[in-house]
Amino acid sequence: MVRWLPLAPATVLLLLFLAGPIGYCVWIAFTDTQLTGASGSSFVGFDNFRRAFADGDFRNAVLLTLVFTFLSSIVGQNTLGLALAGLMRAASRPVRTVTGALVIASWVLPEIVAAFLLYAFFRREGTLNMILGWLHLPSQNWLFTLPILAVSFANVWRGTAFSMLIYSAALSGIPQEIGEAAAVDGASGPRRLWHVTLPMIRRSIGTNLMLNTLSTLSVFGLIWAMTRGGPGNRSQTLPVFMYDQAFVNSLIGYGTAVALLLLLVGALFSVVYLRLMKVEV
Amino acid sequence: MTARRTRARLAADGALLLVGASFALPLLWLLFASLDSGANLRVRPPKSPTTANFEAVLTDEITFTPMLNSLLLCGGATLLTVVCAVLAAYPLSRHRSRFNRPFLLTVLFTTCLPITAVMVPVYGLFVQVDLIDTTHGTALFLATSQLPFAIWLMKNFMDGVPRVLEEAAWTDGASVPQALWRVVLPLMGPGVGVVTIYTFIMLWGNFFVPFMLLLSPEQLPASVSIFTFFGNHGSVIYGQLAAFSILYSTPVLLLYLLISRRLGGGFALGGAVKG
Repeated sequence: MVRWLPLAPATVLLLLFLAGPIGYCVWIAFTDTQLTGASGSSFVGFDNFRRAFADGDFRNAVLLTLVFTFLSSIVGQNTLGLALAGLMRAASRPVRTVTGALVIASWVLPEIVAAFLLYAFFRREGTLNMILGWLHLPSQNWLFTLPILAVSFANVWRGTAFSMLIYSAALSGIPQEIGEAAAVDGASGPRRLWHVTLPMIRRSIGTNLMLNTLSTLSVFGLIWAMTRGGPGNRSQTLPVFMYDQAFVNSLIGYGTAVALLLLLVGALFSVVYLRLMKVEV
Repeated sequence: MTARRTRARLAADGALLLVGASFALPLLWLLFASLDSGANLRVRPPKSPTTANFEAVLTDEITFTPMLNSLLLCGGATLLTVVCAVLAAYPLSRHRSRFNRPFLLTVLFTTCLPITAVMVPVYGLFVQVDLIDTTHGTALFLATSQLPFAIWLMKNFMDGVPRVLEEAAWTDGASVPQALWRVVLPLMGPGVGVVTIYTFIMLWGNFFVPFMLLLSPEQLPASVSIFTFFGNHGSVIYGQLAAFSILYSTPVLLLYLLISRRLGGGFALGGAVKG
């Protein structure tokens, strides 16, 4: 028994500060706890959940979360990461080094700094509109007209490096001869990609999509610092909605119910991920 | 063949440079604005570069106190994470038991959970147990949030150290803790280094946790204090904001350089690598 003792500190921390809050989350989500007011909390059953599904703002947040995740993680980070990794294999060394460093620097920067940089980029008087002006294209106030697109782009800027690294590793595992053999047999570039390369790295694609989606699902600081979920609620994804309900509207019970739903979605993804990857422990 | 190769390389170079440029623009703004006393939101080279912005923010209140807070908070949490992870990795790596697999799977499962979702109940819990607005309380939670991934990585690094070396040390009369400290840890030193630096980078950039759990201005780390640039008087001094952002980002960029070779792609083995 004593040889398992070293596990104790980690287990205690995980139980106290992770399992504890999750358990507490499950309880609070079924009560009407509020931040203000002397009244204690009482059990309300599934009221918070019923309320959520009937709440237009909640449905809006779910929809925006789906849009944000789809655009930035599945389309943006994933495709761009794969494209970058592929291009790098064909590119010359200095270009590869410089581009890689820039993409990775965007990833390593603290979340809040990234948020400010992209905020400056998308503002009416910012860099994007300056460039559009040079090209004689119409400028607009991106953070007002297309806030969810702006934060999605910000998440692509910040998160693509991860996919790039995963795909670079995966592609370097493919023997060069296989692609060349297919080329000799007359397969075009796109066909080689679709029939040879992609099937060979499908495990990496699975891993990458799963991890990207999970991390995008919990993005808060980036969106909050860029738009506060606004204007109105037009960039209010689930984490921002949860925060607003719990702390701006003081509805802790309701906010926690939303958090619980978010956790459930995350847990579902994690289980699928563990199954799919057949993790060996 | 070679002509086609060259053309393919030029095309790839061109495409990469285009993507690289769009990634560079926001970074370039940061650099230019920090050296421009009249910076606005556009990328433009400063007319007369000046270090005035840096001088203006290098005060106790704006830079030194928040950075020190960050260092205490993240340093403390990192230390706790690494110590707990090394200890936990040892039995998981060295002893066979039917508990190993469930434990490790739970840990891996936890690395995937969206920690953001837990923040509301954590806040509630911290209010009840009086840990709210304390640096040590926040550090405890930060450490826990990185712990699953750290355990997972550490176990893999420890698996790489052959058992025979340890057994040899035991025969020479070393106790189990001595063997861990004198034989196993030095051999997996680079691995411990990677986990330590990686944990620190993740915590240094974390915004949501200290934003929720710390309230008093004099305790805030740099990730949260950066908001004081906004809203105080309605106008934002972008040059100073940029200068402060650079000061705040430099440590993690340097630390990342230190471990980037080992991080590569293989590092991504199943874990929420992004914070």
